[in-house]
Amino acid sequence: MATETAAHTQHDERLVSVGPLTRLLSRPDIGAFLGAIAVFFAFGYFARGVNWLGDPAIAAGWTDQAAQYGIVAVPVALLMIGGEFDLSAGVMIGSSGLLLGYLATHAHMNIWPAILLVLLFGLAIGFVNGLTVVKTRLPSFIVTLATFFVLQGVNAAGTLKLTGTTAIDDIDSAKGFTSARHIFASDLTHWSFKVKVLWWIGLTLVGAWLLAKSRFGNWIYSAGGDPNAARNVGVPVARTKITLFMMTSGTAALMGVIEALELRSMQSKEGIGLEFIFIICAVVGGCLLTGGYGSVIGTLFGAAMLGMVQLGIVDAQWDSNWTYTFQGAILFAAVVLNLFVRNRAQKVK
Amino acid sequence: MTTTHLLEADAITKYYGNIVALKGISTYVNAGEVTCILGDNGAGKSSFIKILSGVHQADDGSLLVDGEAVAFTSPRDARAKGIATVYQDLAMVPLMSVWRNFFLGAEPRKGLGPLQWVDAAKAKSIVRRELGEMGIDIRDPDQPVGTLSGGERQSVAIARAVYFGARVLILDEPTSALGVKQAGVVLKYVLQARDRGVAVIFITHNPHHAYPVGDRFVILNRGTSLGSYEKSQIDLEELTRLMAGGRELAELQHELAAIRAEI
Repeated sequence: MATETAAHTQHDERLVSVGPLTRLLSRPDIGAFLGAIAVFFAFGYFARGVNWLGDPAIAAGWTDQAAQYGIVAVPVALLMIGGEFDLSAGVMIGSSGLLLGYLATHAHMNIWPAILLVLLFGLAIGFVNGLTVVKTRLPSFIVTLATFFVLQGVNAAGTLKLTGTTAIDDIDSAKGFTSARHIFASDLTHWSFKVKVLWWIGLTLVGAWLLAKSRFGNWIYSAGGDPNAARNVGVPVARTKITLFMMTSGTAALMGVIEALELRSMQSKEGIGLEFIFIICAVVGGCLLTGGYGSVIGTLFGAAMLGMVQLGIVDAQWDSNWTYTFQGAILFAAVVLNLFVRNRAQKVK
Repeated sequence: MTTTHLLEADAITKYYGNIVALKGISTYVNAGEVTCILGDNGAGKSSFIKILSGVHQADDGSLLVDGEAVAFTSPRDARAKGIATVYQDLAMVPLMSVWRNFFLGAEPRKGLGPLQWVDAAKAKSIVRRELGEMGIDIRDPDQPVGTLSGGERQSVAIARAVYFGARVLILDEPTSALGVKQAGVVLKYVLQARDRGVAVIFITHNPHHAYPVGDRFVILNRGTSLGSYEKSQIDLEELTRLMAGGRELAELQHELAAIRAEI
């Protein structure tokens, strides 16, 4: 504190008093937090046909949807802060669920080793994505778009060849299914909150801890903020980025496992389109498209907001096609807000 | 060799293809001294510091650290010998906080076994102490580097290099983009680093910035050295004259006078 006092006497012309409110408002996740609260109460007003604000079953519904988005959005947010995108994160859910279905119903494996193999498959795809981006220096947008389309074709053609239909069914015939479903896809209480919600919150806490407290988190910020500067001071930028891609694909694989166990079957088109939802969650949560800045906690509120919109529009008895319009409007509002926040953060005082 | 210096360059020569970028440049620096490298744009200042910091390798001549010849193949080699370079672009991430930048790539950690986390409290208190010792007034180690002024950023970069054990600090035009007042602030930190026993190599094109802090001045012009002067051998006026190209400037003035006479 002594040095700060000295500062006052030496350079008063530069000192701007920063109040606690200004400090709070310049957090990256504050927009998503306030937005989620606003959306919650807005549907409390519009969805008057149901007890939106007080009914736990309603909350179980939208948290289920939010967890669907929020689990994979955690590593997607970290990846964006690290300066990269992964457009294959959606289709990976389908690929992983289908692989689990294949291993369980056609290779007749016990579900537990099958789950392990699927998670390894996810990590491997992430490694390939990351290595390609780092080695070719191509934009990750293009590299993962290619992965997206390759996997989409494999999912559709593979499933058709295997089953003659567009889905793999009877995943619950595998040994160990009941115990696995209990861990990944069961209901928590008689209000039917999903265990998935715990996975969502748990992964968010792990992601937030990594970003704020670990050395790896420091490296993520620097890899996205200024990779050259980071390399100059000895940060292994390539390793950091590859790890982030592996975390993203690996978590998408976990989501595929959760869905396959929950639905007991897997559609070949599963997950396609979700890649953009994950990115919207991260952007709403305060992540900059240019990298170097963002919040995992904010991403949780972003996912919550999108989950509420999805279910709220139905409960308000509006045409569910409006969901897309809402998602677009939320994204736009978030980007404008982020621009404002970033300009504040970079402003020379 | 009669005396050994902390860092010495002996007849450094560098070619880029058939262009002679540097020809026979020699100088040295000792602990607690400031050697200034002066020169206009294109004089070879950047090439020279890139050789000193291990980015490029000299085609001829030798580098000596503590009197022993060294061959740097990368900036990492130079850093291992305690030679730290603060570039104009500063190796700082604007959106990250001061303390995260200060320790980037060398984070202090604590924890149990594989579960390790960054000791933020320790990092912040070190940042406050180190910057305080150099008289740098960072209000809050949590503020993003992007909100600091140019002079403050330079100062943080210098403090970081000193903290991480730099014996030789190479500063690449630290004052060139700054206003008068900010440049003065940075010059003060250059002297503070010197007083802590660091050898400083200060690259600049401004003799008014170099003269007050330097112990020794090397003037480069089109890749050759116009001489190395101790402070006692040269005054600011002469330094400025040499810097500005001396005879060339006189000729130019002569020509301009002639043109004016014709009009």
